[in-house]
Amino acid sequence: MVELSVLQTRVASVLKESQFRDNRRIDVSSGDVFGLLGVLKQEFGFDMLIDITAVDCLEYPGAVDRFMVVYQLLNTESGERLTVRTWLNLPDPTLPSACSLWRGANWLEREVYDMFGIGFTDHPDLRRILMPEEFVEYPLRKDYPLKGRGERHNFPVITRSES
Amino acid sequence: MPLSPVDPDAVDSSEREYVWTLNFGPQHPATHTTLRLVLTLDGERVLNAVPHIGYLHSGFEKLGEHLDFNQYVTIVDRMNYVSPLANEIAWHHAVEKLLNIELTPRCRYLRTILAELMRLHDHLLNVGTTALDLGGFTAFLYAFQQREKIYDIVETASGQRFHTSYTRVGGVLFDVNNEWVDKVRTFIQDLPRTHAEIHRLLTKNRIFVERTKGIGYLSREDAINFSATGPVARASGVARDLRKDEPYLAYADLDFDMVCSRGGDCYARYLVRMQEILESLKILKQAVENIPAGPVNIDVVSDIVLPAKPAVYRSIEGLIQHFEVLMPNRGYDVPLEQVYAATESPNGELGFYLAGNGETRAYRARTRPPSYIHFGMFPHMIRGHQLGDVVAVLGSINIIAAELDR
Repeated sequence: MVELSVLQTRVASVLKESQFRDNRRIDVSSGDVFGLLGVLKQEFGFDMLIDITAVDCLEYPGAVDRFMVVYQLLNTESGERLTVRTWLNLPDPTLPSACSLWRGANWLEREVYDMFGIGFTDHPDLRRILMPEEFVEYPLRKDYPLKGRGERHNFPVITRSES
Repeated sequence: MPLSPVDPDAVDSSEREYVWTLNFGPQHPATHTTLRLVLTLDGERVLNAVPHIGYLHSGFEKLGEHLDFNQYVTIVDRMNYVSPLANEIAWHHAVEKLLNIELTPRCRYLRTILAELMRLHDHLLNVGTTALDLGGFTAFLYAFQQREKIYDIVETASGQRFHTSYTRVGGVLFDVNNEWVDKVRTFIQDLPRTHAEIHRLLTKNRIFVERTKGIGYLSREDAINFSATGPVARASGVARDLRKDEPYLAYADLDFDMVCSRGGDCYARYLVRMQEILESLKILKQAVENIPAGPVNIDVVSDIVLPAKPAVYRSIEGLIQHFEVLMPNRGYDVPLEQVYAATESPNGELGFYLAGNGETRAYRARTRPPSYIHFGMFPHMIRGHQLGDVVAVLGSINIIAAELDR
């Protein structure tokens, strides 16, 4: 298990540790997340990136920042899991891409970009992946309604008298 | 020997004029569902493949934020529709971790049996359709005949063949009876014969072997680097199986082996799936004979599960309890926390990242879909191979577009 004190000596940024059920989480500022991920991969054996996702904290009780980006890491030798969380804000939510560490990050980051509009610098191919390329909104943001904007009003309305 | 990948930019300029582009999909019988590949070809050699996905995107994760934990199970069903119950079990596994619910022993065994039936369901389909895409029709029919029996078993338990919506927070919809157990027993006895038939048809079939051996090679390092899980990773020598490494449900009590291979090609993935069918049968045999007696749902007092119908109809306490669970402003407490929980679905690690905000629905319901992550490494696996190998590789990584796009 990675001791926080050992990890803290390797990265200059402030780390915060928390635990919920069996999920062990480390919180880091968005500027230092790439350095932390690199250290975790190279020195602590977290060789597999399980998932990258984001949460829009717009309506989340007690949330300060707008977006939370979550990395799930796995050490395939020891089976240890670790969650790395970081927070971002509008107007320019951007993180460094983890593609240079894990090639599996490519599509995961594209999905986060597509759904939340979070940019990843130095990403090799940052395009929309699930939504059409001409789509302008970010559907999983909380201010995007379940249905509407950018979809319905684009379709012509045919009334009964016109038909 | 694995072929070395070709860099399309490195192709000599005199050769470049022969390079042509082919659209594969979105409607093609061998893509199984709706996905599109833009292939750059030199003759029949694939120089590059660019997947275009999203044709089946229907905003499942957005819907998950608007439906409660039990309602969302109907949507989860439709992700990997080849093994719907495996998705339900994964979803409620995550919800139960968030709510800190300990399942009853009977429910744990029941869900284990269903999860393993779904593994057989998925692997039979995968083996059958891979052979079908490569020109072998018979194995597909043998596999589908057995899949029909699994549908029958699932229907007996839940009343639905396909999209069962069978699990609930803290339990399942109905308990099973002895007739169901007998059906599972009969199925366990029948399947090895079909397995042997498919094995005889394919494993040493020269055409099948030559179309799969050495094709779509994925090294161990690449498998880890590309986040591969499940049979795809195990076929590349990554010894990870959540049923062994992080036992959930009743897997800790059951004796079975993890199936691995060092091959890393389509043939190795086929062999791993075939062997996993046998291991699943081993699990089923033990589980079905040891289903504990007792309640299948957790205690009604928790306000999480619905009380039994006779209690609702015949007593006022039962009726009140029923309303307590269903009324929107009642129900149970959900912690203001986030949790990631994963299960070993037939396709790989199927995880859910759940954010709870105190309501009985998820604030964020992220799925970690194995198909999506496996399809991301498809260009890497196909480069340098022939056009005909595209279907072999696609089949071997078992892409289910509904899960891919969600």
